[in-house]
Amino acid sequence: MTALTAGRALNFAALAALAVAGCSSLVEIPIETPIQAKLDISAFSRVLVAGFVAGGSDAVDANLETVRLLRSQLRSKSSLRVIDADPMPLLELAKEEAPASVPAPEPAPTPASAPEQAGTPDTSEIKNEKDLESYEHLFANVDFWKRIGEEFQNPLIVTGTVLFAPQQRSQFVQREQEVYDAFGRRSVVPVRTFMERKGFILAQKFIFIDGRSGATITSEQFREERLYNQNQNTPALSSYFELMDAVVPKFLNILSTQKVRGTRVLLE
Amino acid sequence: MIRMRLLLGFTFLTCFVTAAYADVRSDAREQVQFGINVAQRGLWKEALYRWKRAAEIDPSYAAAFNNLAIAYEHEGQLDEARESYEKAVQLEPGNAMIRQNYELFKEINDRTDRRKSP
Repeated sequence: MTALTAGRALNFAALAALAVAGCSSLVEIPIETPIQAKLDISAFSRVLVAGFVAGGSDAVDANLETVRLLRSQLRSKSSLRVIDADPMPLLELAKEEAPASVPAPEPAPTPASAPEQAGTPDTSEIKNEKDLESYEHLFANVDFWKRIGEEFQNPLIVTGTVLFAPQQRSQFVQREQEVYDAFGRRSVVPVRTFMERKGFILAQKFIFIDGRSGATITSEQFREERLYNQNQNTPALSSYFELMDAVVPKFLNILSTQKVRGTRVLLE
Repeated sequence: MIRMRLLLGFTFLTCFVTAAYADVRSDAREQVQFGINVAQRGLWKEALYRWKRAAEIDPSYAAAFNNLAIAYEHEGQLDEARESYEKAVQLEPGNAMIRQNYELFKEINDRTDRRKSP
């Protein structure tokens, strides 16, 4: 969207330049481009957002929050009926079903002071995308998903992995700085500064499963990152929603036709 | 004398061709202008028809192809839009507006993929 905004700004600049040059044969017009859904879901009338194998941060229950958000978005922006059911604890299920050849990663040692939270999944062993890969065998378990499908009358099943993890990095940041010339006149100039930034990454893999057969139809991966200045104290949950804002339109476009708004220039 | 006749003939032919071309462009421009009017009222199907006509009347009229591409884009016919943009760019490679429209279109088009069926 940022790119589109930048493009629009360029568009306006070019229009202004041409208008100044006395050329009046340009007409800017708003358009809405329909983007076809990537997946043909005509065979389904219902969708079950089952749950996700999630990890990366204990500050946000990424499984629960992702299920909630996707269900509410699907309810308002797709033609599918959304099934209300408790989000599945897929992390635990994946651990139980882990094949002997692919052992689940060893849990990282937790500080003694950390209180045990009853009912909250232990996501501490998942630190990066690679850790999540060890649980992916669950999505290939056709019998398991077929059973779930039968239980909910053969819906389209949405599941996958979610990694919401803290991120810290040094990078160049452009900021504005006040400067005064010899006559005391103030002006603002952009300055590039190398600084430490911290924030979160959100790496998601959405897997779409046919509830009738238990087979995977398709999967899509998205990765977003938000970094903030060190002195900016952004709560994890608000960063999570900020990141999901970028992912949700892409997710919805897999299942339903979306309209992208923009402007174009008609010529005479 | 023969030279004089040849020169007169050439001049006449040039004038005739130029007038005919001007006529063609003027007809196409009428269609383009009508298309712009209706598009501004939201009648995109009619606009698409008009710009298609303009492109048929004058296949060297870049603006007609540019507008046609925009109408296709609005109708979600992205393959046709790409074809029309490419034709417009080919006809007027130096036109910044056509390039700008095409770049914005490509940005959206790159996000689309083939539909997958279960």
